[in-house]
Amino acid sequence: MSEYLSGPRPGRGGPGPEPNQSAGPAGTLGAVHGDGPEGAPALRQRLAELRGPGVSAKPLDARALAALAANPGCERRALLDGAGVDKTALASALGAPAPFGQSQFAFTRGHAFEARVKGDGGAELLRLVRERLDPSAPEPPPGGARVPDLAATGPQGRTGRTALALREAAAAAAEDGAWTLLDHPMLALEVAGTPAFLEPDAVVVHPDGTWTVVEIKSFPMLDGSADAAKVGAAARQAAVYVLALEDVAARLEPSPQVRHRILLVCPKDFSNLPTASAVDVRKQRAVTSRQLGRLTRVEEIAADLAPGACFSPELPAERLAETVESVRAVYTPECLATCELAFHCRSRAREDGAVTVLGRSARAELGELSGVDAVLAAAHGEAGDAADPAVAALRRAARLREEALACR
Amino acid sequence: MITSVGAADAAFDPGAAAARVTERILRDTMSGAHRGVVVDSPPGAGKSTLVVRAALELADAGRPLMVVAQTNAQVDDLVLRLHEKRPDLPVGRLHSSDADAFDRALEGLDNVLLSDKAPALAGLPVVISTAAKWGHVKPSDAHWEQAIVDEAYQMRSDALLTVAGLFDRALFVGDPGQLDPFSVVGAEQWAGLSYDPSASAVTTLLAHNPGLPQHRLPVSWRLPASAAPLVSDAFYPYTPFRAGTGSDDRRLSFGVPSDGSGPDRVIDEAAVSGWGLLELPPRLTPRTDPEAVRAVAAVVRRLLDRGGAAVSERSPDPVPLTADRVAVGTAHRDQAAAVRAALAELGVRDVVVDTANRLQGREYDVTVVLHPLSGRPDATAFHLETGRLCVLASRHRHACIVVCRAGVADLLDDHPSTEPVRLGVTVKFPDGWEANHAVLSHLSEHRVPHRP
Amino acid sequence: MSLITTLARLEAIRAGRAQPAATVRHRHLSERPLVLVPLTTAGEAGAPLGALVGRDRDAPRLLVVPQPRDRDLRSVFLAELADIVLPYLESFADDVELVEGKEADPETGRQVTVERELCADAPQLIVPSRAGVDLVRLLGRSTRFRRTAEQDPETAYPAPPRVPLLGRWFTHFGERSRVPGASLLLAMTDLLSRHWATGQSSLEDQHLGALLAWIDPPGADGPTGAEAALRAELGRDAEGQLLCPPAGPATDPAFDNRLLAPAIERYDRARSALAAAEDGVAADALLANLSAAEREIGELVRSRTLPTWESVWRGLDLLRELPEAAHVPDRWKGDRWSFTAHRDRVASGEPPQPRIDDAVTAAQKLARREKEQAKLDAQEALDDPLVLAARRLGGEAFVGEVVDVTMTYTESKRPSPRPLITVRTEDRPHLGEKAKVHRSLDGKPQTAQFVGAEEEDGGEDPGGGPLLVVLRIVDRMGRGREPALGSVPEKGDRVCFTLFEHEPRGGPKLPDPENTPWTHGGPPTDPSPLPAADPVTEEDLL
Repeated sequence: MSEYLSGPRPGRGGPGPEPNQSAGPAGTLGAVHGDGPEGAPALRQRLAELRGPGVSAKPLDARALAALAANPGCERRALLDGAGVDKTALASALGAPAPFGQSQFAFTRGHAFEARVKGDGGAELLRLVRERLDPSAPEPPPGGARVPDLAATGPQGRTGRTALALREAAAAAAEDGAWTLLDHPMLALEVAGTPAFLEPDAVVVHPDGTWTVVEIKSFPMLDGSADAAKVGAAARQAAVYVLALEDVAARLEPSPQVRHRILLVCPKDFSNLPTASAVDVRKQRAVTSRQLGRLTRVEEIAADLAPGACFSPELPAERLAETVESVRAVYTPECLATCELAFHCRSRAREDGAVTVLGRSARAELGELSGVDAVLAAAHGEAGDAADPAVAALRRAARLREEALACR
Repeated sequence: MITSVGAADAAFDPGAAAARVTERILRDTMSGAHRGVVVDSPPGAGKSTLVVRAALELADAGRPLMVVAQTNAQVDDLVLRLHEKRPDLPVGRLHSSDADAFDRALEGLDNVLLSDKAPALAGLPVVISTAAKWGHVKPSDAHWEQAIVDEAYQMRSDALLTVAGLFDRALFVGDPGQLDPFSVVGAEQWAGLSYDPSASAVTTLLAHNPGLPQHRLPVSWRLPASAAPLVSDAFYPYTPFRAGTGSDDRRLSFGVPSDGSGPDRVIDEAAVSGWGLLELPPRLTPRTDPEAVRAVAAVVRRLLDRGGAAVSERSPDPVPLTADRVAVGTAHRDQAAAVRAALAELGVRDVVVDTANRLQGREYDVTVVLHPLSGRPDATAFHLETGRLCVLASRHRHACIVVCRAGVADLLDDHPSTEPVRLGVTVKFPDGWEANHAVLSHLSEHRVPHRP
Repeated sequence: MSLITTLARLEAIRAGRAQPAATVRHRHLSERPLVLVPLTTAGEAGAPLGALVGRDRDAPRLLVVPQPRDRDLRSVFLAELADIVLPYLESFADDVELVEGKEADPETGRQVTVERELCADAPQLIVPSRAGVDLVRLLGRSTRFRRTAEQDPETAYPAPPRVPLLGRWFTHFGERSRVPGASLLLAMTDLLSRHWATGQSSLEDQHLGALLAWIDPPGADGPTGAEAALRAELGRDAEGQLLCPPAGPATDPAFDNRLLAPAIERYDRARSALAAAEDGVAADALLANLSAAEREIGELVRSRTLPTWESVWRGLDLLRELPEAAHVPDRWKGDRWSFTAHRDRVASGEPPQPRIDDAVTAAQKLARREKEQAKLDAQEALDDPLVLAARRLGGEAFVGEVVDVTMTYTESKRPSPRPLITVRTEDRPHLGEKAKVHRSLDGKPQTAQFVGAEEEDGGEDPGGGPLLVVLRIVDRMGRGREPALGSVPEKGDRVCFTLFEHEPRGGPKLPDPENTPWTHGGPPTDPSPLPAADPVTEEDLL
């Protein structure tokens, strides 16, 4: 993670939209957060108040959901994401803008790659799915597979259209052993009482009726291996789609099986030709499922806020900062690469003198001591109980360090 | 979640089930039809017995055998077992030229030949050494038709590469649930390759020889009926095993009644249920948390003071619970040292205190475990490693008492899951996170709060 | 992170500037390193945009790919890079010393003494960050299989003559840099963070600008390290450009979108216009336009790389102020052997390194790196009291005064000395039964065996007071009954013993690849023919 500041780009780590993922402000998710049919109206109302009057919810996408697992102990992040607060705007309003951005070169190249992968009626994509996941299945006919039109109005409409297409694909698989490719389907997943709309790159229905999530990324697979951090992020994102698909599948009779090995498609070596690898996402699916379950705590966190608390970027920075501070954060340096608010939280953590600004592991041997001053005071014998092994170890460390430096 | 087997399942005859598998293993090994045979052995499933038995059968069939174990202690132990079983069988103990390279107890034994040169031992029915020593033997100097590789899951692929030229075929035996081998430098560049040198020997073997027969010993003779289901579910979810004894076969009792203290209450809980969790108030601590260390020591002291007696299928009469039948397990060496010091203060000297790594393969009546995550501000991959907890939770014949600070469940929940994923690497199950939760949730049913 | 490191970082927070993490320099620094500051284009693996490169701090060479998607322009860049890097590497190839060594005689199999060439010095490549090391590796991989027109007249995109060779050397440097302690290819961020502890996390230390801001904050009354680092991380000018451009090879998206993309568009237009020129006069003017557009991109690249170039040299200055650690020449010799060996492979016409190591090579590399790691850990601790301090804190070493020496002898026919020494130490070594400990005696390790330990004051302050450790020295005392002069410490001597070995042994020998056993897939099939270079698709071309 060397380029945590230069922002996310395909093939370079970091969060944020990748070119082959329609997302971002012009993306497809729309301002639908909170429009769910059911859900807890009181909570929805409360979350809307938190965003501020007239501020629509920033839709949660799969990447945001997958990122919940990056720092599940952070209540601030859980609340802001859960309430659909635009953290980029919030960070700017707080005077610590997120340094994330995307290069248009990456964007262009990524789009060209995705188009190549899906070109020719998805023939190449299906070939890869069959080869890597289902080699005993019949080959798709020369004309390619069924590629249903998924166009519809609004995310709900598109979700309905996708569900219908999946149902039809199941029937087609049962009848003729057909392959179906769903290009940018739309799936809904209920998150803390409200639906989030998700758009995988593709979903393939196999002739045996099983479903596979396809992730198309623009980082390369070089001689069969790829950047493990990026593959991990892709796997977590795909796991969200798997969960959403399982919701759809559960409503069908018989319920199709959603495969837990997804297909990751990347450029091969230094070319723009696709290659693919099956990725087992069972662990990521379990983790995400658990974290989604825990998101219900958003309600409890919100309940602890002062009445009238609001995160609208229109508010004066001081007041915003106060409200933000009233929600407990767990800042760690890893946040810098995954959370828009990280620089704000870092400066607060530095002001507070928290030792974890050095990393989670900094606390490992410090016991109850968590502040820079407290640790240094204990180390230099100005405070602390010598019988506490953390204090004793610190003093030993300080003495050894001084002794060594005196040798210079 | 944990189903009790044994008494409830009268149809299951553990002895017969284990015997059937053993027969199949020996048949596959003796037939020579396959170059390799792999045996997965869960904790206490009779791995050593199997190795000795296979060695004797091969010797009887006149097929010279080399045995590869991982540590000198394991090698010495095997030599002694073989000698005990068949004192007239000539056994070679190949050792390094270091001082203290082998157990001095071997020196006086008839028919046990010691040498640091393989050719000097060639021709004996059985020659035993460590993988490290075998690695220095040249294939041109000595060759065996058959080998047994013990603790094969703890052996690294590159270690197998150095010795595999010495034999034509081999029986690989080991426990997939214990600690994986590791490397002190990065080996990511080979991740996903079938012969990744940092992977386990069995992983490489099976990647290149997918058709080899694989067997699983189905019965743990060590773990009591109270422990086998939990350990099997939590650590061997796809390869379950059962206890060889029923819940009535083992009994742990104490002559001295409880004084009502936390340690005594957790001892009584563990005596009845096989598990006990002595839970200290939540607190972030350094690794050598003095309160937790003292609590461990206090439990051990009371275990020894209360006139414990263990009844098991091994003998009709109660066997006193003596210091050599009790062990303490920790995650780190400094914790082990702190526990030893605390025990010494209480006058306890003969109880083994060691880390999970060193407790692998050992067995006691009662174990006392300092939970790897107790008091930690953060969980790390080291502390979450499935094998570590598995080793600590599967060394006992009667009861396991875990000492832990409250708050580990929250620690697990807040643990970030952003592990990198390497293409082509088989995902290992169970996940440390899941296994930890499973064990914790079971332990919480046997919780004794303790305020030191 | 060891507690000593944590403490140093906390001290850095309080002091507002970095604190020493070493008292000596643990890496070799060449008298004349080659510094490479590359930039790449977003969205493509290892697609170069430009670089500053050279040995002269005041005269870096600027290389630019004005249209990064153009494979021909990329080739030009690589050819220029090869023309700078290869002569530099080759300038070390001929100055050799002869070293005696043993090797097996191919006919008799007996060990015989041979003389081998060892390059007297080796080249050293310095890049700004770890991502720069990765790029060197990536460039090595992308070029070493390419064919020149001479090698393959049929090839569609022939590589310039020396580019595949550059790829082989870059690959070699990239692999060598994975060996602990090796110094042929170094990242400045790694060098600096090895020697200084900043008040930020190791993750943030990978930003060269922020790291230097902590180590060398501007002025005594100026901003603290934290403030200067923040400015380096996030500070932007009125145009929204970072004041401290990323050390690369990735560029800032704001730079790509606002400056670079329009400049490349102008370049593309100028090129199309030139191609469509109808007569010579028009062409001259259009050519001037094209040159101007190209220069503009060059200036953009220079503006983003020059601050990093300066930072790398500043870092070198800072590192050179530290005295070199005692074992550095020993490890550098390993680098010289590595360089010499690759020189010989290239000279003997061996094919480029394969895409993927075979089983034996992988195991060999892992074994060597593990050995080198152990060696590095031991040598750094022996060379540097601050490194030793962490090992002492961890119970892996102890320092103390010899308070008693008692002579004992072995009970053999020819008794050998086995002196018992008692060391009084404040440290808390984790000594197990019969543990071996080592000390350095005239640069060679001497071994002793742990006999016993007790607290000096009889345990009044359990765990806190000095410890009396009794050791039996077992070697390096000569052949006689009495130990050789100076081979046994005397009462009052200050001694340092480690629980780790000083010269870790290597593992067992691995089979030759052609003897790879069945467990590992058997011998590799015929070395695969030279892999084809990567295919080109229309997106890659204009």
